[in-house]
Amino acid sequence: MYQAIVFLPLAGFLIAGLFGRVIGHRASELVTTALLFVSLALSWVAFATIGFGHHDVVVPVMEWINSGDLKIAWTLRVDTLTAVMLVVVTSVSALVHLYSIGYMHEDPHRARFFAYLSLFTFAMLMLVTANNLAQLYFGWEGVGLASYLLIGFWYHKPEANAAAIKAFVVNRVGDFGFALGIFAVFMMIGSIDLETIFAGAPALAGKAIDFFGWKVDALTLICLFLFMGAMGKSAQFLLHTWLPDAMEGPTPVSALIHAATMVTAGVFMVARLSPLFELAPNAKAVVMFIGATTAFFAATVGLVQNDIKRIVAYSTCSQLGYMFVAMGAGAYSVGMFHLFTHAFFKALLFLGSGSVIHAMHHEQDIRHMGGLKDRIPFTYIVMVIGTLALTGFPLTAGYFSKDAIIESAYAAHNPFAIYAFALTVVAAALTSFYSWRLIFKTFHGAPHDRHHYEAAHESPLVMLVPLAVLAAGSILAGFPFKELFAGHGIEEFFRGSLKMDGGEHGIINAMHHIPATVANVPTVMMVLGFAVAWLFYIRNPSLPVELARQHEGLYKFLLNKWYFDELYEVIFVRPTKWLGRFLWKKGDGWLIDGFGPDGVSARVLDVTRRAVALQSGYLYHYAFAMLIGVAGLITWFMFGGAGVH
Amino acid sequence: MTALTTTWPVLSVTTFLPLVGTLLVYLSRGDDEAADRNARWIALWTTLVTFAVSLILVARFDAGSAGFQFVEKTAWLGTTIPYHMGVDGISLPFVILTTALMPFCIIASWSSVKKRVREYMMAFLVLETLMIGTFCALDLVLFYLFFEGGLIPMFLIIGVWGGQRRVYASFKFFLYTLAGSVLMLLAIMALYWNAGTTDIPTLMTTAVPRNMQTWAWLAFFASFAVKMPMWPVHTWLPDAHVEAPTAGSVILAAILLKMGGYGFLRFSLPMFPLASLDFTPFVFVLSVIAVVYTSLVALMQEDMKKLIAYSSVAHMGFVTMGIFAGTTQGVAGGVFQMVSHGIVSGALFLCVGVVYDRIHTREIAAYGGLVNRMPLYAVAFMVFTMANVGLPGTSGFVGEFLTLIGTFKVSIPTATVATFGVILSAAYALWLYRKVIFGVLEKPSLAAITDLSAREVLVMAPLVILTILFGVYPQPVLDMSAVSVQQLVDNYQHAISAVKAASLAH
Repeated sequence: MYQAIVFLPLAGFLIAGLFGRVIGHRASELVTTALLFVSLALSWVAFATIGFGHHDVVVPVMEWINSGDLKIAWTLRVDTLTAVMLVVVTSVSALVHLYSIGYMHEDPHRARFFAYLSLFTFAMLMLVTANNLAQLYFGWEGVGLASYLLIGFWYHKPEANAAAIKAFVVNRVGDFGFALGIFAVFMMIGSIDLETIFAGAPALAGKAIDFFGWKVDALTLICLFLFMGAMGKSAQFLLHTWLPDAMEGPTPVSALIHAATMVTAGVFMVARLSPLFELAPNAKAVVMFIGATTAFFAATVGLVQNDIKRIVAYSTCSQLGYMFVAMGAGAYSVGMFHLFTHAFFKALLFLGSGSVIHAMHHEQDIRHMGGLKDRIPFTYIVMVIGTLALTGFPLTAGYFSKDAIIESAYAAHNPFAIYAFALTVVAAALTSFYSWRLIFKTFHGAPHDRHHYEAAHESPLVMLVPLAVLAAGSILAGFPFKELFAGHGIEEFFRGSLKMDGGEHGIINAMHHIPATVANVPTVMMVLGFAVAWLFYIRNPSLPVELARQHEGLYKFLLNKWYFDELYEVIFVRPTKWLGRFLWKKGDGWLIDGFGPDGVSARVLDVTRRAVALQSGYLYHYAFAMLIGVAGLITWFMFGGAGVH
Repeated sequence: MTALTTTWPVLSVTTFLPLVGTLLVYLSRGDDEAADRNARWIALWTTLVTFAVSLILVARFDAGSAGFQFVEKTAWLGTTIPYHMGVDGISLPFVILTTALMPFCIIASWSSVKKRVREYMMAFLVLETLMIGTFCALDLVLFYLFFEGGLIPMFLIIGVWGGQRRVYASFKFFLYTLAGSVLMLLAIMALYWNAGTTDIPTLMTTAVPRNMQTWAWLAFFASFAVKMPMWPVHTWLPDAHVEAPTAGSVILAAILLKMGGYGFLRFSLPMFPLASLDFTPFVFVLSVIAVVYTSLVALMQEDMKKLIAYSSVAHMGFVTMGIFAGTTQGVAGGVFQMVSHGIVSGALFLCVGVVYDRIHTREIAAYGGLVNRMPLYAVAFMVFTMANVGLPGTSGFVGEFLTLIGTFKVSIPTATVATFGVILSAAYALWLYRKVIFGVLEKPSLAAITDLSAREVLVMAPLVILTILFGVYPQPVLDMSAVSVQQLVDNYQHAISAVKAASLAH
């Protein structure tokens, strides 16, 4: 069964990828989607068997790399943590496959699109079922490849190509750290199998690694290296720049990869390696700091963006920051809870945005929208549901998971606990503001473009069904799972798959004893954000324009995303290109060639030119002369030398 | 070890079959179309039969034994220099790589080479014999003859069938490699005077005096570093590649470069362990410079072949780093990386050849949007690009991963800096792919370009399959070399343990 969950999408990829042109688009769509739904059904079965039936499994598939004491096998490890991910990945993926049948129906390369979607799903499933770091890395890079292919799916668009490369390369920066983390683990523990690592980790306490002459605590260094990979994949502060650009890809891709699944791989990785992170408090401090900073930073940028998908993308970035705050707090299950609920409402928001874009004939700028609620009421309703869940409206899914994260930040024993608490609270207000701003500007008020408005039409049923399912999930994914992820059921539900301090002073216990006033702060923030958004975009639309003019510097700063792209262009991209050209022209050309072979051969050629006009025919002579010379030299020395000896 | 282990000399047959083919091509007189066609078919059949015979080696090879197998030893040049051949787990993968790639080279040259077809095929067949011989020779003089002999056909292939600046490129190639080989010859003499034999297996177990190790190591290093090529003696490679015909580039990248790495494994580490240890920091520095420096240079290239050539230098940096790390993973990774690079870089040069045959330019800017008319080509190129980038699931990953993990244990700074290569390789490889394949097809010269022909599919498909197969299941190669690699590493570690212990005591 577990093999089927993972390998059915691979089969779908191979069928649609290899034979797509033979069997046609419709067949490719149906085959990949059908296989994914089978995988989905099996995943829920697995979820029940493992989460509630407690039957963790490790399924060996085959060996991969054996070299000396390094033994790596393809293995499927399914415990509760994995089962949660299986459910998230296959649910969203199946719905996105279904939705894409409608969304992509005009595209001439649909078979390829569905092949890529299934390839992505396969890689993601390999990632979450990994039993060793190398397979995790395989899935990690595999989803990166699929992401690259899908962002650049419309290969005629230069921006899409640029965004695809940017996504891959920035992720590689993170993978640089991930790879070093794997190497360091192997050096210190002698294996990269998860069980062996977890068993050997406690013995590493107090040991140091000499890193460029700097003695660093081994566990801290390992965790920080690995976390660097997580930062890249989950678009955390400093390595976030690729995610907004990734919106150049088709919208279903944004929903699947850049909201619900791939970008959460970093969060999953930290949870998976919780036995390591629990031993490295300094690394956890960094995790919390980066998470909180991202949550705040991305929310501020989201305030002023005008592209509907980019707003949701920054929101994703911000919410991933929340998840890392929980990880830093040691409340891994709480972070996983938010990952779980977020997958539903964020996929919903993206697919809803896709429905808007579809209705508006590929218009993405919310300034050109307005009043759409009468034209596409169903989309409007589900978008509002998604927004309620995202902003943490009471009893929706986001309410339970997000508030639990803020509580965990408050209760954490972490140097950055207060920092994280403050920023996540502020970010909650910002989230509410930009989410409602999106809704108001898109669906309320007067239409800005009559023509587009008149032409807007509701999406076909095949797109609306996934929206309805995700809307239901956005409401229901919270309350029934609350106890399992953030309550008293954690121990029994997750068991050994997460390492959490469940003791008297443990994080979960502390979370349950925070003051009621603190627990209600996020809700107040949510209302505040809504109220301001309402004031700005319904009550008095001239207000935000006025505000932007008064604080032009700040507005530009936010609109230009804190100038990160410009900064990186100046400090990384241009120097790298300059250095490349310099090393080529000056290093290779002037220094090495100039003083080496060119200098010598120039003399040789001078001499030759004086003697004869050089023709290719003479090369034979050179070659022959050389052979004779070499043979003669050897003969002379060998036999001569043998005599002397 | 001296006994004949097979009833018929499989190794010699494999080695010299191409020479028989050469003779046949030579005998098929004539200057017309028919003669050219005959030459092509003879060459193709020769390489195919050679490949088939080499598979017997694989079938009969005992991967559980570290010693030399299929050993043949007969008197040759007097009593001092015998004809001594044999393979172990380190050399066999390269023999197979050579025999497997040669048919592709012949097919790739089928219609693109139009002048002096007979001579061209003869040059390639002679080259095949010399390359196989290099990997099988168990006597220093024999090795030297094969090793240096390989220079000549390659020199001719570039010089006669090359591009516009072929004379410059072939001279550069010639000067560099000759400079290295003269020094190696001196070292061979010195070894002979020291041990009284040129027998490689004997020399591998003969202790060489400490101070002599240093000089001999340096002399061998000069030759192998140029072949590899290592920074800063790499500049012949981009020029040679650019000017060489497609099949010449394939052989150059896939096989000739590997002779350097093979030399380190066969001579430097086993014969001069103490010097190898002394020079390890030196090699590490050159290796990481190769990885970072040439990757940066690759980023700025305007010529497809030059870009791939520079990326080859970077990939070979991983090999030298892994070999001199002296750990099981490092050395095994080095061997695997060489085999993988042989497949992938060979395939990439074939990919360049495909479009060069159509448009007759290697300039990146002349292309763009090929995916619109060449979907099959785009897929093959994507697979090889990803392998070049070292994506897990392709063969490129396994070698890089093993060399890095094997080096990290020995030198964290080296492995860390080398890991920057994973970022840079993604940048230059994807940039190349984007410029050539993606985008809108708007250049008039490309408007009528055709996708892969059946013959080209025949060349690409097996390489695509191997690239992915060895990425998912690299064990056929790793298993073949495992025992020999382990013995090499054990001997090396044993030899240097005394020095290491002494340095720790201080």
